[in-house]
Amino acid sequence: MSLGPAEVAKIAYLARLAIRDEDVPAYARNLSAILELVAQMNAADTTGVTPMAHPLDMAQRLRPDTVSEPDQRAAFQAIAPRVEAGLYLVPKVIE
Amino acid sequence: MEWETVIGLEIHAQLATKSKIFSGASTAYGAEPNTQACAIDLGLPGVLPVLNRDVVRMAAMFGLAIDAEVAHRSVFARKNYFYPDLPKSYQISQYELPVVAKGRLSIDLDDGSSKVIGITRAHLEEDAGKSLHEDFHGQSGIDLNRAGTPLLEIVSEPDLRSAKEAVAYMKKLHQMVVYLGICDGNMQEGSFRCDANVSVRPKGESKLGTRAEIKNLNSFRFVERAIEFEIERQIDLIESGGKVVQETRLYDPDKGETRSMRSKEEANDYRYFPDPDLLPLILDEAFIHAARADLPELPETKKRRFMEAYGLSAYDASVLTTSRALADYYEATVAALGAEPKLCANWVMGDFSAFLNKDNQDIANSPVNAGQLAGLLRRIQDRTISGKIAKEVFEAMWAGEGEADAIIEKRGLRQITDTSAIEKVIDEVIAANPEQLAQYRAGKDKLFGFFVGQVMKLSKGKANPQQVNDLLVEKLKG
Amino acid sequence: MSLVPLSLTAEKNPWSTSLDSIAMHEKTIAQLSAGLAAGEFSSEELTDAFLERVRRYNPQLNAFITLTAETALAQARAADERRQRGEAGPLTGIPIAHKDIFCTEGVRTSCGSRMLDRFISPYNATVVDKLNAAGAVMLGKTNMDEFAMGSSSETSFYGPVCNPWDLDTVPGGSSGGSAAAVAARLAPGATGTDTGGSIRQPAAMCGITGLKPTYGRVSRWGMIAYASSLDQGGPMARTAEDCALLLGAMAGFDPRDSTSVDRPVPDYTAQLDRPLNGLKIGLPKEYFGEGLDGAVAQTVETAMAEYRKLGAETVEISLPNSQLAIPAYYVIAPAECSSNLARFDGVRYGHRCENPKDLLDLYTRSRGEGFGPEVTRRILVGTFALSAGYYDAYYLKAQQIRRLISDDFQRAFEQVDVIAGPTSPTVAFRLGEKVDDPITMYLSDIYTIAVNLAGLPGLSLPVGFVSELPVGLQFIANYFAEDRLLNVAHRYQQVTDWHLRTPLAFA
Repeated sequence: MSLGPAEVAKIAYLARLAIRDEDVPAYARNLSAILELVAQMNAADTTGVTPMAHPLDMAQRLRPDTVSEPDQRAAFQAIAPRVEAGLYLVPKVIE
Repeated sequence: MEWETVIGLEIHAQLATKSKIFSGASTAYGAEPNTQACAIDLGLPGVLPVLNRDVVRMAAMFGLAIDAEVAHRSVFARKNYFYPDLPKSYQISQYELPVVAKGRLSIDLDDGSSKVIGITRAHLEEDAGKSLHEDFHGQSGIDLNRAGTPLLEIVSEPDLRSAKEAVAYMKKLHQMVVYLGICDGNMQEGSFRCDANVSVRPKGESKLGTRAEIKNLNSFRFVERAIEFEIERQIDLIESGGKVVQETRLYDPDKGETRSMRSKEEANDYRYFPDPDLLPLILDEAFIHAARADLPELPETKKRRFMEAYGLSAYDASVLTTSRALADYYEATVAALGAEPKLCANWVMGDFSAFLNKDNQDIANSPVNAGQLAGLLRRIQDRTISGKIAKEVFEAMWAGEGEADAIIEKRGLRQITDTSAIEKVIDEVIAANPEQLAQYRAGKDKLFGFFVGQVMKLSKGKANPQQVNDLLVEKLKG
Repeated sequence: MSLVPLSLTAEKNPWSTSLDSIAMHEKTIAQLSAGLAAGEFSSEELTDAFLERVRRYNPQLNAFITLTAETALAQARAADERRQRGEAGPLTGIPIAHKDIFCTEGVRTSCGSRMLDRFISPYNATVVDKLNAAGAVMLGKTNMDEFAMGSSSETSFYGPVCNPWDLDTVPGGSSGGSAAAVAARLAPGATGTDTGGSIRQPAAMCGITGLKPTYGRVSRWGMIAYASSLDQGGPMARTAEDCALLLGAMAGFDPRDSTSVDRPVPDYTAQLDRPLNGLKIGLPKEYFGEGLDGAVAQTVETAMAEYRKLGAETVEISLPNSQLAIPAYYVIAPAECSSNLARFDGVRYGHRCENPKDLLDLYTRSRGEGFGPEVTRRILVGTFALSAGYYDAYYLKAQQIRRLISDDFQRAFEQVDVIAGPTSPTVAFRLGEKVDDPITMYLSDIYTIAVNLAGLPGLSLPVGFVSELPVGLQFIANYFAEDRLLNVAHRYQQVTDWHLRTPLAFA
């Protein structure tokens, strides 16, 4: 599988990453090389093999329904780029 | 051409937990912005989710209540998309393996028949925050208090054929989740909201038409109006040679119409994959058994029991079981009175419900409790007061004047049942109305009512109406 | 547990001189712990000495991103007071360094990225809390590949780390700062994380001991995620014994991490001296084939001969799906990272671009500016692998291969107790040599990645030199057999001195 500049641009948009035009060909080249490496997987017959999402065969643990987190807005918003009136600010969201 | 409408609903019920689905932050409504968004809800670097036990218990209860399969193994997945109210830029949801699948719910139609609506699946997910569009120097403000609130998304089969059916289904589901105690059902606060998938097709056609999805309908009325508008729009479009496009639409309640949300139409590719921070949710028999034990009596069962145990009509039984609170109140009233379930039903459905509505009051906050209402009904039962006087007493009780007996005493409302006392009043009335007496005796039977009225008036309504009737018949004969 | 750790290392080791004559920075954690216990020096003196070394040598190495001298001295004084009260444990007062991937409250936690250059974490990682509770002193935060993506510590926003054995070579990665700091004696021990070899490979290239525990053994809370199903924190130090002491404090159940295992933490030092008689070591033939540097192979074989002398038996085994590990890893890790790193959007923390003209601009520019090229590459690969139409061919296929690889290991552990082989196919390569060639760089982790896919514990220890650069030997054991790995490494370190050698420039 090889990716061209248009595909790289499409993926970059999905991932919300600005890539300079002059860098696109290099990314296309590198990504294609990585996909070529990855394509070695096709050599393996995996018919009927159960996919493994986690290393350990464990079940999800459940926590009790109790409120344990106090308000830490001041601390959390101290590291925020832009806040006002307790709200995080972003360029206008258009619906 | 005749058209058939096909509707499927996706309903988001906010689960009534104290803390969020994956964090220990509070879910209480209405707090100051971002004061209930903890490190996990904010998606700080390095944080991890741990699943709330009650969320799972509630989902299992719902599954059992709709005769669904509660999955022994279900999986949380990430739905990836960027939006400012979605802090991690992915929503933790369930995709391929939901916790509940293949359920059904029976709805009552206007013609008295019932219809079974299939429920494809119900899955757990986290809610997003809110974007506030007031102008902050041309910016939007993000409040993440709601982020991470547990939701159960309930997806119906496309079994609904009209806006009315859709509303009936939604109401039934609303009743169910509130009955189960898993959702507060508060639609204004967004605890129960609906997306509707609507399409039309020529009658007899088996292939589905192209559907539009109407987002975020948060009242029964809006659901009905939005769907009706949408059906008409689609039919008009097709009949005038156009084509329905698959899209997301928004209902504008002010204009009563749906409009396209083009901003959401950009190619979404959610890239679902199993969330590696969460392990498969395994529910063993013991867990499901415990959830079953937590199930309250469900509306249909309760309705049948009310009909059998209390001799109520189907209509009365169904009204009284509309909500668990009302049914409980009714049963408490019957238990306190120890008799006359029909009388209790009339009062709970009648004056009691009317006063609740008038004051827009919850049963829990009602000024008259079941024991107090039974105290009033006991006085009707033992003929201390008439039904009519009882209404006056009830109003006084509602206003906080005290127990029924105290009000009856204080206001001297005790019914007159002493025959001689009633006879004395009748005699006075007859003596005062010789003309009417003559006419009555000449065959003008209608005047009987006039005499009853006069007697009641003179006795200030306290004379026992049955006795007044019986005695008047005798006296008027002369 | 005994409050005074007993270390017999010095007496038993034929190459070591008496403890007193060793400079403070040359001592192991176990020796320093004994020194603190004996009152030979205070934690404050010890901490001061290491801070001084960091100030002196870090400019050459770039091993630290942030030095926390003041809090370190305060922690050291608190540790000394604790010792006075008789409440000291083996790590109380011991200076260590944290990889800058662990969140540290009130201290910049950059993850080697411009994205988090100004991120002061509002909370501590569990690993940090646990080591604090044990009384360890944090000297600072170590440099690393950006978001732990790399095998050379060259992708850091803060510039590359140099290998103390040869400043023109890389220290390995991604925990290269921690490895270089320990190797150059700027810290007696450090934390690292390992997603595809990021503890073991730099440990090998810097001539120290590093342990990647079983997945779930060490909490991931507060450890900035790269690939959640592969990431695992672990200790890096000079000796297996020191790793045992550190792991004992780092490991344990954490209710904040759903993937944390609720299982008691053994005393990892208890089994260190267990004889190796009858130990069966499996040598996978796939780990000794094409691509392996001949001199490295020879060094590993010499180490195996030493093990046979210690009573172990070596047998050839096969892990037939080994060659699939890298392809599967480069689907799974990027897929998870593309999602894990999506939260860096310039809204709540982290880098935000100047004057975004709209929402899309805010996202794309903040992220485009905040992430370097390797992180960008992996996000793109992962985004692609998960996108509509490709999921089954890439992600699902990779997870199936993950199962095959895990099954290979389980079959091997039916025959042998531990598996051994080279940690890396080569010794440290030159700075800049592979930075523009991702594929070649990726192959540097060819022997370490399968362990992460399976979730097994793995350890690298120094076993010699090729061209004056250290060679690492990797041991792999079955789930939760960290104590066995530490035992196997410790016995070897009793009869060799590779782990005690110090790069000349930093002696």
